Amino acid sequence: MRAVLVCAPVALTVLFGCQSAPELVVVLPGADGRTGAVVVERGAERTLLDQPYAASRTGPQAGPARLTEQEVRQTFGDALATIPARPATFLLYFVTGTDELTEESKGELRRMLEELRRRPSPDILVIGHTDRVGADEQNDRLSLQRAERVRADLASQGIPADRIRAAGRGEREPVVPTADGVDEPRNRRVEINVR
Amino acid sequence: MRWFIAIGAVLLAAAAQASDVGEIKTVRGAVHIERGGTLLAASPGMNVRQSDVLVTGADGAVGVTFLDNSLLSLGPGSRLGIDHYSFDSTTHAGRFDSSLSKGTLAVVSGKMVKQSPDAMRVRTPTGVMGVRGTEFAVQVGESGR
Repeated sequence: MRAVLVCAPVALTVLFGCQSAPELVVVLPGADGRTGAVVVERGAERTLLDQPYAASRTGPQAGPARLTEQEVRQTFGDALATIPARPATFLLYFVTGTDELTEESKGELRRMLEELRRRPSPDILVIGHTDRVGADEQNDRLSLQRAERVRADLASQGIPADRIRAAGRGEREPVVPTADGVDEPRNRRVEINVR
Repeated sequence: MRWFIAIGAVLLAAAAQASDVGEIKTVRGAVHIERGGTLLAASPGMNVRQSDVLVTGADGAVGVTFLDNSLLSLGPGSRLGIDHYSFDSTTHAGRFDSSLSKGTLAVVSGKMVKQSPDAMRVRTPTGVMGVRGTEFAVQVGESGR
């Protein structure tokens, strides 16, 4: 530990041949099954790591490496276990012209609540939308009303209201683009972003 | 005069919100935030700001979700500085620089890296990691156990 403190500046390390703490970088397969990439730069040297568990070390075992899943767990288990829950998006749909959820979406609301309760400090953005039936101003109002309704439903189920923001986007962002005046159930929705 | 005070108050409120760049979601054991000269005990729901330093004790671990949905966590005996964080939620442009001086860090990159592959960098005492996405981990120093 003391060595780390004394040797931290790289210039000193080079000048006095003092040993820096060993370092390790490893690329992990993503939750979606795809593996990304990290470019490691040390001085003039650039290393691209873009395969699952591809790693680069400094120190006694300096150089490229490929770690096993078990080695990753041993070294990074505590950090990986503490990574926050992945952000998630839910969609709820409404009966035409109202802030009443469709029967199907009532079930989805319950599933969403279970997911929210698993999060220690959820932060929730509710965005209401409408289809293109009715006037613009009316749809702005209705979209916000839908978002506020979902917000109230969540709050009544014990999700802290101050953790929920609600906004209305009217008919501006249809999922399915239509001509004005078209009754499109998939556009009558509220999108809920949970973090 | 009253107007000036009102405008000042609005600006202050906006500034306070603008400087929150993430939120602590998970805490285990002893975890602190060094902010300016003060040491704050970390708890879930607490905001993280640019220039904060996250510090975990020998039994500590912490997870943070940032504005662009970058997720980041530290294992025991770690120290991470949030050197720079900016994110435009409309264009998804941004920059996220942090530095790990010891311990273990796990990262899931967020929207800004998807938008621009040069947006996120993690520094260590001897190197710089350019994050092209998505999940990776970094250790500085020997394992704490």
